[in-house]
Amino acid sequence: MLLVPCPHCGPRNSADLTLVGETEPRPDPSATAPVQWRAYLYEEHNPAGWTRETWHCRLGCGRFFVAERHRAENRFRNPPLGDEAESAGHR
Amino acid sequence: MSPLGSGLRRNDDRVVPVSPGRLPARPGEVIDRESPLAFTWNGRAVTGLAGDTIVSALAAGGCTEFSRSMKYHRPRGILTADYWDPNTLLQVGEEPNVRAGHRLLEAGMAVSAQNAWPSLRWDAKALTNLGGRALSAGFYYKTFMRPRWLWPAYEKVLARFAPGGAVDPASAPRRHEKRYAHPDVVVAGGGPAGLAAAAAAARAGARVLLVEHEHAAGGHLRWGGESERALAGELIAEARAAGVQILTDATVCGRWEDNWLSITERGGGAGPERLTKARAKVLIAAAGLIERPYTFAGNDRPGVMLSGAARRLLNLWAVRPGTRAVVLSANEAGDAAAGDLDAAGVEVELVDARAGRTVTAAAGSRSGVERVVLSDGTRLDADLLVTAVGWTAPTSLLNMAGVRPSYDPAAARFFPSPPGSPHVEEGTVLSTGGLAGDGSLDELVAHGEATGRLAAARAAVLAHRLQVATAWAAPLSDPEPPYPPDERARLGRDPHPELYRSGSDGIVDLSEDVSSRDLHNAAAEGFDSVELVKRWTTATMGSAQGKLETVNVVAAVAEATGKTIAEVGTTTWRPPYAPVTLGALAGRMFEPVRVSSLHDLHVAAGMTPIQAGQWIRPEHYGHPATEVRNVRANVGIIDVSPLGKLDVQGPDATELLSLLYVNKWRRLAVGSVRYGVMCAEDGVILDDGVTGRLGEDHYLMSTTSSGAGAMEVWIQNWLQTEHPDWRVRVTPVTDAYTSINVAGPRSRTLLGRLVDDVDLDPEAFKYMQVRRGTVAGVAGCVMWRIGFTGELSYELHVPAGYGPHVWQALLVAGADLRAAPFGLEAQRIMRLEKGHFIVGQDTDALTLAPTAGLEWLIKLDKEDFTGRPELQWALEGEPGAGGPPQLPRLVAVQPTDPGYVPPEACQIVAREPGGSERIIGRITSSRFSPTLERSVCLAQVEADHAGPGTELTIVDVTGRRHTAAVMPHHAHFDPEGERLRV
Repeated sequence: MLLVPCPHCGPRNSADLTLVGETEPRPDPSATAPVQWRAYLYEEHNPAGWTRETWHCRLGCGRFFVAERHRAENRFRNPPLGDEAESAGHR
Repeated sequence: MSPLGSGLRRNDDRVVPVSPGRLPARPGEVIDRESPLAFTWNGRAVTGLAGDTIVSALAAGGCTEFSRSMKYHRPRGILTADYWDPNTLLQVGEEPNVRAGHRLLEAGMAVSAQNAWPSLRWDAKALTNLGGRALSAGFYYKTFMRPRWLWPAYEKVLARFAPGGAVDPASAPRRHEKRYAHPDVVVAGGGPAGLAAAAAAARAGARVLLVEHEHAAGGHLRWGGESERALAGELIAEARAAGVQILTDATVCGRWEDNWLSITERGGGAGPERLTKARAKVLIAAAGLIERPYTFAGNDRPGVMLSGAARRLLNLWAVRPGTRAVVLSANEAGDAAAGDLDAAGVEVELVDARAGRTVTAAAGSRSGVERVVLSDGTRLDADLLVTAVGWTAPTSLLNMAGVRPSYDPAAARFFPSPPGSPHVEEGTVLSTGGLAGDGSLDELVAHGEATGRLAAARAAVLAHRLQVATAWAAPLSDPEPPYPPDERARLGRDPHPELYRSGSDGIVDLSEDVSSRDLHNAAAEGFDSVELVKRWTTATMGSAQGKLETVNVVAAVAEATGKTIAEVGTTTWRPPYAPVTLGALAGRMFEPVRVSSLHDLHVAAGMTPIQAGQWIRPEHYGHPATEVRNVRANVGIIDVSPLGKLDVQGPDATELLSLLYVNKWRRLAVGSVRYGVMCAEDGVILDDGVTGRLGEDHYLMSTTSSGAGAMEVWIQNWLQTEHPDWRVRVTPVTDAYTSINVAGPRSRTLLGRLVDDVDLDPEAFKYMQVRRGTVAGVAGCVMWRIGFTGELSYELHVPAGYGPHVWQALLVAGADLRAAPFGLEAQRIMRLEKGHFIVGQDTDALTLAPTAGLEWLIKLDKEDFTGRPELQWALEGEPGAGGPPQLPRLVAVQPTDPGYVPPEACQIVAREPGGSERIIGRITSSRFSPTLERSVCLAQVEADHAGPGTELTIVDVTGRRHTAAVMPHHAHFDPEGERLRV
């Protein structure tokens, strides 16, 4: 089981957290078009490389944070961006 | 050999074991000759000794045939005399498929053969032999495919021939424990290198867990000579002294990311298997080498065994495996076996494979080997043929870490490739011992020690990083130590002849009865990749899981396809390394069970409980219909504590509610409550509930009982990621309040007797208002006047510690008003009579808000709320679509037959113009209404069929049709809501 680097709790079992999804800004809800909105809702880029994703430290501190993970090698890099206010993709 | 049991004679009423195969005391034996253990074998009394495995005890008693093979039902004897032996899977009592070469003997065991009927000796299933090649590879696929309609008949016949033991459905359930461990270093394998590594790592300060598959550490030293046994003892003592925790009869079954390890402890078979989940900083794979069988005609006859089996039988259990032996030896292990046999008085003929001699056939009768034929044509009389033709490196754990095995023809075995995966780059998976190379015992021990020191040093760096990465851990003043490089002296590789198959054909996979001819045929049929051959023939898919036969399969495929073994490569080694019982994987559930503060009172009142999510709730207290009538006529009280409750405070509290709900909140007056619906970003209904404004910047929000946890996370997500600047705090208070709904025309009278500081007059405390006050002397209660049941009702949120007091006070004060508790079922009936939908029951993951008739609630003039774009398109149509989509509708439905209650989830169908039927909806809720004395339903139907008065056709599970009509309102009862507003 992967260790996920929570910025507050340190590395924790991935089962203690929830992967919310790839970090993507939420389109302006009053100006978005269906194609754009649904791409935001449903499409994962899932690159065979580095991607930014939002995690929720569900059984730990309860924080949402952004981490960079290599999806082919399944490992993290850089300290996660804990206090950064980012759109997490509320899908 | 003498038949079983004849070696027992009676002497002064005491059974004394005089086993024909047992030798005089031997120096390294693990048996206790003073402790006889009586057991049965196929119903007959046998006696073994403490320290015996089931197989060694039976072998000492003269048993040579232990099973019938899976497909051809050929007699089979001991091959490896250990865990991996494919021929000695036996039934022990109610436990099937016991690895009897490994399981220790216990007094009273009832051991029997599997896969033979009616008996091992007269096996009717052996008739499959008459078919000759009938059961060749792919036979099942080819033969039983057509005609398809005959498959049920095929299945019945085939099931009788399925291998394996019998499961007793009446066997008592076992509770399997589960634990977590956080060692610095885990060593998988307790041979000389593994023991040395563990001791060295522990001496360097690491917490070390050593996991040994067998019943004792020591590896092959245990069945070696005097100096080898002495070395094993020293290494074990050193490891213990250094503080290594040693688990025996345990296996590291799998390795996942970041050295997450699953370790099964079998506990000697006495207790249920236990699973340990370990997070190790460094894993040392020291699994040693597994001896490989040889392929030739008759290689599966009883009496053909590996050198390890012969030495284990002789040296651990003092069992003589035969009287005249041929030993085919290509290495030191074979030579040692020949020496041991000779010393035990067995006539030995050594056939030296290094000199080019080999065995082409083992001939004999069904009881075993009688003659051995050599490659030069020589025939030797023998009842035992021992082979020592090479090794398989069980690289499983390394492969699970991303290491690919690569073949070295000079050493005739696979080795782990140079590091490739990121985890191995980090150097947190190391190997030592036979997996890493060959050497003298001194060299292996030295390599193990170097590996242990490296592991401990790397674990210390990782521990430092862990502490730095954890915000709440104590700060470290020291800088991170340098990550130690791998400077171990490498082990060499001993040359070894490549011996996989002699000139003749034999069984390659003894577990699955796959012959070398099957593998050649598979290649001829076009299965030229080893992964395809494996799936077509099932080779390596049996009980040994490739531990013994994988490389022989690869060699056969190489031979058949004209490739080299390196080109063919091996099949993928996956977890588990050794079988795990399902109970150990399931372990114990740690899911919490939640009850309200009133639980004991409900039990005393005779509730019938129902599980709702994590909660145990009263379904009813005897008769739901009576409870409904009492609420409609008098007054009832229900425990609704599981209702999710969130305390929302701060200057931006109203902003937050406006974002979360589809409706508006800015103009809600202090002292009022409002019903709200939340949608996800796709417009699907997520949750609903009532929220009351307790102060200018203070709300008490309620969610559904089942959605309470998810809603809290949902809200936190919005606050932390989209609006971290908002000044608002959301505190879950579900368990802080006991929630009691007092419902019925007499509820105001009842409450008036217990409340002094709140004016309950209908003009002062109106429908959809909230008050804070004192109930039965308990201050700080929140009361809101709402009506899920459709009656005048007050929902009381009482500080949880006083819940039982208020509940009892209501019943006492309301005795003359016929106040009585009602359960979840009565509430569900009443809400259905009123047509209130339940999120998740009447809506699903595709139900957009307008489907549930919520157009009136959705306020598109709000700038933003969750799901806004989708709801706008649902109500007004997408740009350019020319109008809104035709969404399904939630409607109230009444069957024509008032006594018929359609089961929930029944389909609703409509006839097409062409005459065929099409599903146009389904019943989402249905009950018999005691109030209306008829069945009432909610249903989702296509918009064309949703108009009031539309006749619907309901199909029940048996296919019968029932007519029903769509009603004008969701509410079957009191559609104007007059009863609520009294």
